[in-house]
Amino acid sequence: MTQPSQPARSADVVVIGGGIHGSSAALYLAQRGLSVIVLEKDSVGRHASGVNAGGVRRLGRHLAEVPIAVRSRRIWATVADFLGDDCGFEVAPQMRLARSEEHLVAMRARVAEMQALGYHHEVMIGTNQIREYIHSLSDEVVGAVACLDDGFAQPYQTTFAIHRKARALGARFHEGVRALGLTREAGGDWRVATAEGDFTAPRVLLAGGLWSGEISATLGEPVPIIPFAPMMLVTTRLPPFCNAVVGAAGVPLSFKQMPNGTVVIGGGRPGRPDAATNRAETTFHPLRLSAQTCISLFPIMAEASVVRTWAGLEAEMPDQIPVVGPSLRHEGLYYAFGFSGHGFQLGLGMGEIMAELIATGATDVDLAPFSIGRFTGGAPAY
Amino acid sequence: MVREVDVAVIGAGPAGLAAAVEAAAAGLSVTVLDEQPAPGGQVYRAIERADSGRLAILGQDYAEGRELVAAFRASRAEYLPAATVWNIGTDRLIDYSQGGEIACLRATAIVAATGALERPCPVPGWTLPGVTTAGGLQILLKGAGVVEDDLVLAGAGPLLWLIASQLVAAGAPPRAVVETLPRGRQAAALARLPGALRAAGYLRKGVALMNAVRRAGVAVHTHAEGLEIEGETRVTGLRFRAEGGEHRLHCTAVGLHQGVIPNPQVTRLLRCEHVWDASQHAFRPVLDDDFQTTFPGLYVAGDAGGIGGARAAALQGRLVGMHLAARAGRKVAGKPAALRTALARDLAIRPFLEALYAPDPAILNPADSTIVCRCEEVTAGRVRAAVKLGAPGANQVKSLVRTGMGPCQGRVCGVAVSAIIATARGAPPDTADYYRIRPPLKPLALTELAAYPMIAPDLEIREP
Repeated sequence: MTQPSQPARSADVVVIGGGIHGSSAALYLAQRGLSVIVLEKDSVGRHASGVNAGGVRRLGRHLAEVPIAVRSRRIWATVADFLGDDCGFEVAPQMRLARSEEHLVAMRARVAEMQALGYHHEVMIGTNQIREYIHSLSDEVVGAVACLDDGFAQPYQTTFAIHRKARALGARFHEGVRALGLTREAGGDWRVATAEGDFTAPRVLLAGGLWSGEISATLGEPVPIIPFAPMMLVTTRLPPFCNAVVGAAGVPLSFKQMPNGTVVIGGGRPGRPDAATNRAETTFHPLRLSAQTCISLFPIMAEASVVRTWAGLEAEMPDQIPVVGPSLRHEGLYYAFGFSGHGFQLGLGMGEIMAELIATGATDVDLAPFSIGRFTGGAPAY
Repeated sequence: MVREVDVAVIGAGPAGLAAAVEAAAAGLSVTVLDEQPAPGGQVYRAIERADSGRLAILGQDYAEGRELVAAFRASRAEYLPAATVWNIGTDRLIDYSQGGEIACLRATAIVAATGALERPCPVPGWTLPGVTTAGGLQILLKGAGVVEDDLVLAGAGPLLWLIASQLVAAGAPPRAVVETLPRGRQAAALARLPGALRAAGYLRKGVALMNAVRRAGVAVHTHAEGLEIEGETRVTGLRFRAEGGEHRLHCTAVGLHQGVIPNPQVTRLLRCEHVWDASQHAFRPVLDDDFQTTFPGLYVAGDAGGIGGARAAALQGRLVGMHLAARAGRKVAGKPAALRTALARDLAIRPFLEALYAPDPAILNPADSTIVCRCEEVTAGRVRAAVKLGAPGANQVKSLVRTGMGPCQGRVCGVAVSAIIATARGAPPDTADYYRIRPPLKPLALTELAAYPMIAPDLEIREP
C-alpha cells in the first residue's frame, strides 16, 4: 500500500497524538505495511502516557474493556522481545482490598459475574494470601479481589519503546507539531493543518488524549471530556514489604513498591489540570488523604517521606470508558481517546485493534460500547 | 482560612533580609521563611553567635553581615526560622514545614532569595564519604567552628581560596590546594580586567587571600588535570596531573569546588522562563528591571537570579523591597537610583571572575563511568545512552534512567546532566532543557503530609 513516490507529507494514515495509543496504533499500522505519520504537539509520551501509575491491570475493568485488556495482557507477556526493551514490566498481583463484609459481598458478585462471562483471571483471596504479598498490612483488611498475574511497567519507558519500534518499522513521528484542524479534500483525503504545513492521508486516527475533544467538536462530534489531573507521589526507599499493586474498595488508592524500594502512590486524587498551558499541578490538601490512607493500610508507611509528586493530564469521560472506533459522521476518521485514567495497560492491545480496524475496515472486538455515538446520538451518517 | 501577607520572602541571606527590611519599613506585612535556625543565610551563617575569634578567622566580609541581621531583627518583618518552604502553587499558596508541622501562607508578592548552589563536580570518586564541597566546609566552620583534618581542596573559584585562607587562619591549613584552572585562563580573563577595576577592592582581596595561603606554607598545585579521588569505602587520596607529572596526595577528606550557580528550584517549580548565561555557564531566571520573573508576583533577589555575591544580593534585595512598597502605593524612603549605581559598580568584577573561573571543561563532560546523579547513582554513560536511544531532553532522560529523581530533586546534578545531554546531542548548552521541578522541594514525611491543615473542604471523590 505504501507508494515509494509518496511525498513526505502524505501517508496512508495520519495519527494525531504521540501517546501510547497513537504510538501503538502507528506501530501496528506500520507492521501491516501502511505508511504512517504521527503528529505530536509536545514530545512522545509527554502527558498521561508517560507519567501514569504504570499499572498493567486487568482487575476490575469495565466489562466492555475486559476483552481488550485480556488481549493486551497477551502482548505484555512478550513485550521485551516484541519491543526490544523490557519496559520495566514486572508480573505481580493487582489486588483490591476489602475492609468490610459489604466490600466482600460486592467483590464476590463481581467475580461471579466475570466467571459467568468466561473470565477467570479475577479471584477472591483471603488475608493469609494477601500477607504473603504485603508484609505490613492493617488488621482492618478482611480480604481482597485479585488478579494474580497482572503487573506494572514503567510508563514512559514503555511509550518511548513503542514509539521507537514504530519508527523502526517506518512510521514517521513529527514532535512539536500540533494538529490545528482537520478538513476533507475534494478528492477524499484528509488534510491536517499544522504550523509546519499540511499533512494528508485518506485516513486519520485521533488519539490526542485530553486535547482530542476540541478537534472532534470541529468535526461535528463534540464529546464531554473532563480534564482530570490524577496525582501521584513517590517516597524514599523502604525495605521490601510489598510485591503487589494494591487498591482498596471505598477509597481512591493505587499503591505499589518498586523494585528499588520506593513506593509509588496514586489512585485519582485530583490536582489542578490546565490543558491550555499543558500543566497539571499537584495540590497537597487532597494528597493528605492519600497519605492517611496509606499509613492506615500499611503501617510501615509511617516511616516514609515523600520525595516527589506529579500529576498527568488525562481525558476523563463521564462514563469512565474511552471513545474508540470510527467516526459516525466522516468516513476515514477514527477515534481512540478518553481513556479516563486507565488506558496504559490497554495501549498495546488497543493499537493492534485500531490498526486492524483502520487497515481492514473491521475488527472482531466489540467496540460498540465505546462509540462516540453515545454522546452525539445517532447511527453512522455515511 | 489561609493566612495572607503582602510579601513572603524565602531565604534569610543578604538578599532576603534586605528585601524584608525595606518592605517592612514601608509598612507592608512581610514574612520571612528560612530553613536555618538563625538569620544570615549561607554567607552570614550563625553570625549572631560568632565571637571575636570566629570573626577574626572568617574575616571582614563575614562581619559585614552583622549590620544587616541587626536591621532585620529591629524590623517589623515576621520571621519564621527553621521553616522549609517545599511548595509554591500557581495560586501563590506557600506550603512550608516548621517543627514537623505543615502550615500554609498566601502572599501577594513572593521574593525568592534562595541563593546559590555549588556547581556539581562529577569526578571519579566524588561520591565517596569524605568528599565534601568548599561550601560544605564553610558551613562546618561557621556553624560549629569545626574543621576537617587532613584535607585537600581541589577545584577553582574565589570560594576555594577563601575557605583555604579561613582554614589557615583557624590554624588548620589544608594539606594542599589543587587548582584546576586551565592554562591560558588568566590571559583570557585579562581582557575583562579594565572593567573589573571599578570593583578593585575584590581584586586586591583575592590576591591577598592567595598570598596568605601560600605564605602559610600550603602546597599549591596549579593547572591540575585528571582529578581522581581514591578510596574504597572512603577517601584515601587524590590523584591528578600537574606540573608535568602525576601526583598522588594522601588525605582523608577532599573539598571540591567549581564555583556556584543560581539555585533554580523555586523558579523552575513555578515554570519561570530561564536563559542560559554563557558567561556564568548556568541557567538563570529571566528578570525584568524590577527583578520580577515571568511568573507575575514572583521576584528574585540575590544569587538565585544570577551570581553576584553577598553585597550585590543585599542591594538587589533592597531594590525589590522598595519596588514592592512603591507598587503597593507606599512611600519609599530610600533612593533606588543610588542603589542601582552601587549595584552596577559592585557587579563590575563579575565578567573578570567569570572568565577566569569558568568551570573546568572536564567536569562538564565527565567520563562514561563517572556517576553524575548521586541520589540514584546514574553514570554519565547511562545518560549518554539514553540520548543515543533518542531521548530528546533532560526530562525524558530522567524518566528513562532516573537522573534527578532522588531526594535532592536534581539540585545537585541538574546542570551537569543538562550539559552532558547537550554535548551528547552536539547542541549548544543554551538549547538544553532542564528538569521540571516537582514539589515537595525537600523530602516531606508522609505522617506530616497526613496532617496537612484543613484549608478547604474536601471534594467528593468518585470511587475508582
